[in-house]
Amino acid sequence: MELADIPAILILVGIVAYAILAGADFGAPIWAVTARGEESNRLSESGHRSMAPVWEANHVWLIFVLVICWTAYPEVFGSIFSTLWIPLILACLGIIMRAVGYVAGGVSMSRAFTILAAVASLLVPFALGTVIGAIVDGRVPPGNAQGDIITAWLAPVPIAIGLILVASSAYLAAVYLAADADRRGEDDLASAFRTRGLVAGVIAGLLAAIGLIVLEKNVSAEFFDGLTSGLGLVAVIVSGVAGMLTLIMLWTRRFREARFMAAAAVAAVVAGWGIAQQPEMLPGLTIEQAAASDEVIIGLLVAVVIGLAILIPSLYLLYSLVLGGRFDPLSVPAADAAGVEEPLGPASRRALGFVLGAAGIGGLMLFVSDSGVTLYLGLALFLAGTAGGVVLLARSLVRTPPV
Amino acid sequence: MPPVLRPGDACPALRRDQQRQYHRRAEYSVGVLDLIAAAGDFAFGPGNSFPAVDQDYLLEARQMQAMSFVMHIPLVCFGIAFPSLVIFMEWLGLKTGKAHYTAIARRWSKVMITLFAAGVVTGTLLSFELGVLWPGFMAAFGDVFGLAFGLEGFSFFIEAIFISIYVYSWDRISPKRHILTGIPVIAAGITGSMFVIAVNAWMNNPSGFDVVNGEVTNVKPFEALFANGHLWPQLTHMYLAAYIVVGFIIAGIYAFAWMKGRRGAYFRTAMVVPLAVACIASPAQLLIGDWAARTVAEDQPIKLASFEGLYETTEGAPETIFGWYTEDNTIEYGIEIPKLLSLLSYHDPNATVQGLETVPEDDWPNINVVRLSFQTMVGIGTGLAMLSAWFLWIWFRRRKLPETKWFYRAVMVAGPGAVVALIAGWVTTEVGRQPWVVYGVMRTEQAVTGADGIVFGFAALLAVYLVLIGTVFWVLRRIARQPFPPEIAALEERGEGDHGTG
Ligand code: HDD
Ligand code: HEM
Ligand code: HEM
Repeated sequence: MELADIPAILILVGIVAYAILAGADFGAPIWAVTARGEESNRLSESGHRSMAPVWEANHVWLIFVLVICWTAYPEVFGSIFSTLWIPLILACLGIIMRAVGYVAGGVSMSRAFTILAAVASLLVPFALGTVIGAIVDGRVPPGNAQGDIITAWLAPVPIAIGLILVASSAYLAAVYLAADADRRGEDDLASAFRTRGLVAGVIAGLLAAIGLIVLEKNVSAEFFDGLTSGLGLVAVIVSGVAGMLTLIMLWTRRFREARFMAAAAVAAVVAGWGIAQQPEMLPGLTIEQAAASDEVIIGLLVAVVIGLAILIPSLYLLYSLVLGGRFDPLSVPAADAAGVEEPLGPASRRALGFVLGAAGIGGLMLFVSDSGVTLYLGLALFLAGTAGGVVLLARSLVRTPPV
Repeated sequence: MPPVLRPGDACPALRRDQQRQYHRRAEYSVGVLDLIAAAGDFAFGPGNSFPAVDQDYLLEARQMQAMSFVMHIPLVCFGIAFPSLVIFMEWLGLKTGKAHYTAIARRWSKVMITLFAAGVVTGTLLSFELGVLWPGFMAAFGDVFGLAFGLEGFSFFIEAIFISIYVYSWDRISPKRHILTGIPVIAAGITGSMFVIAVNAWMNNPSGFDVVNGEVTNVKPFEALFANGHLWPQLTHMYLAAYIVVGFIIAGIYAFAWMKGRRGAYFRTAMVVPLAVACIASPAQLLIGDWAARTVAEDQPIKLASFEGLYETTEGAPETIFGWYTEDNTIEYGIEIPKLLSLLSYHDPNATVQGLETVPEDDWPNINVVRLSFQTMVGIGTGLAMLSAWFLWIWFRRRKLPETKWFYRAVMVAGPGAVVALIAGWVTTEVGRQPWVVYGVMRTEQAVTGADGIVFGFAALLAVYLVLIGTVFWVLRRIARQPFPPEIAALEERGEGDHGTG
């Protein structure tokens, strides 16, 4: 493995994370539309409750993928985004519509918002799937909008992959929501999602089989060989087996295990894609040619390692709270933790003196210097004084008698 | 060995007469401006050529970029400044045991997550647009500034994770821990704006790479992003702007309630705390704005000249306010204040300020747009600082809130005014950088997409944005109308609070 390959692996990891985490965000509203009346409301409320605390974090994986791509393979990024601007903007439209659903979901479960979110849920996986399909199918030549902006993504392979992604996000959502409902003890909801999951799982499986045939007929022999021999084949088989196992677990109501198996099925497919897509990322452009200089990639890797060291514990905290049911509605509203009644005293004159002094001296230093230590020291003093000033002022203002 | 263009070299792509122009400028030789001479073609795609791009695309792309910023930037002000306000209220509540402080924090935290959601998706759109609208820029320079966005991505993760934990774990974890989960949100607001502004500062003052035969090489990403004198003034200025915007908008909402007679402890506190923030940040912003202007004067003299519409290089240059820059390079209907420009930009009344004449007209931004937006920002900024001074004066003299209704009306106007100043500031920076996307190195027309039909994408986005804005407003109103817990309602009726103790 070369240095130039490592960012590509990070990109695949990001895509897997986005697909298995955010994929479910996009499946949830579809299920709410499949029921009517009271049941629809309950399905959509349950979906909102499960997804609302995590969707923003899930979403950042998409940003992560984009950023790694443009830093490590700038030309690939420019080429894909100029040729495929239509599906990419469609995905954005969908993401914004989905956010409308989340924003509104906090106060209302009206049918109009559910439908809007459901449309978004079809649009985003489909559009992003066509983008992947266009790359797989070699329809994005390097350069500024060098491919056909319509036929690059409205073609058999991209459409097939788009449909597979729609089905698999709907499937993932049903599996996750069944598990969440089960945890909350809402058995009827768990059953409703279970049935839907089984249907969606079968559809996704069928689509995947059809997709394989479409791939064989269309993509380059090199890509197809990569996918159907060696490690690529292993990945495809793992994915198929994991998909089957998920169905069985769903059937036998082992929801927690089903959740992890479903994620494994998606991860294996993406890995297979990564293995088959070598060595060319775009026609005539190999990973080595596209990669930024070693210095840039090393810088990026350093940033990613530091970032992950902070990110992983944070994500762990979030998911352990969510999956542990800590954010589920409380059966008894907790009493306000009323502390000791301890009125604020007046701010001390010393504090006021410090604050005014720091802001004054710092401001003066900042004003008279053009660069160097005095400037930045002045800035630090000035900002510290300003922040302290805000706290003192706010403290004393809240004690104001009424007019 | 291919020729390496370095700052100061003549550019093969420029006409002869233009090169002479650049040489004339040598005597004011100032840092990055010399890179202008190094500007050339950039390799992208087969044959190292850059396809000629229809100029209509450039206009459409610019408008789409502008619209998206106008949505994103006011929203992210809330991501930057709101968490510390909410946490301050929660801390007050914890310290004093008064229910209305905690009630404010709870209600604000719902508003905070609603606006955060809108900020997240508008930001996502911006990342997509970097590729969709400016593929040439990304292909040539993505590796130079990508690192900052990489770090930025992790800030977003932290912000998104902890804002969820904070908002959804009220009553689920102990109050002290709950406050602690808010701290990473504040920190990520700082780093999140820092990294994105590092990119913008780099675009204004590029360094950390060489251009060899149209290829960007010798990239030093850390140098490019963090060894840049524009980063700190821009970051500080933007950070204070966020507090001004958020402070005045929230104070303005409660000032409206105040005028309608709702002056109990809850409403009064919810007004005075944001007001305290805004009234300290506004005067501070004058000083930081002055610093920003000095940095521009140093590294982007043509941008400074367009702020002021200064055609001739002048010693002891005057400041001209209002007016209109005309074809014959004068300002009509302006009011001239002698020597002020030199004084402001170099802190020396007799300093020489470089004029627009020193570069070809091709290299000018749209002077009137830049001038107007700059003066709008400075005008509003001065106004806000005066409003703050009024408030602080009355408070220190009489320890009372102002009695006249005009003060509360002014606060209501100040919020939207601050947003206008914010946008105007960004227009000044971004339009003032034109026609360059990377100042002096790459022209915006070289960055723009060659794809057809962007205008339809623009229309569709505008439509869903309107739906988003409408929904956000509707949801905020619903939140505002949720009934108070009984103890707060009772407090409001009696009009009492934390006062009477000192
Ligand atoms: C509430 C908002 C606000 C207010 C009251 C002011 N500004 Fe501002 N200004 C901004 C919000 C802003 C901004 C939107 O945040 C900008 C855009 C880029 C940046 O870094 O900050 C900006 C940019 C900006 C620039 C350009 C920096 C560049 O191009 O790199 C200058 C010279 C100033 N400002 C100067 C001032 C002065 C002298 C002000 C005092 C009256 C002032 N600003 C008030
Ligand atoms: C990274 C931080 C950036 C910030 C904060 C920023 C901010 C802004 C803002 C506020 C505007 C003005 C909107 C208006 O005209 O009303 C603007 C315009 C623009 N930005 Fe940026 N920008 C950034 C990066 C970029 C990038 C990466 C590009 C792409 C190459 C870009 C290209 C432009 C262009 C072409 C315009 C339109 C200028 C015009 O209307 O004349 N900016 N930007
Ligand atoms: C004035 C300049 C900018 C500032 C201060 C800023 C700051 C922020 C902040 C604080 C957030 C967190 C979300 C929130 O609080 O609502 C955010 C979100 C975001 N911003 Fe910006 N931003 C700026 C410009 C840009 C630009 C130019 C881009 C991209 C090219 C961008 C891309 C994003 C993205 C992708 C998100 C979503 C992150 C998420 O999913 O959590 N921003 N921005």
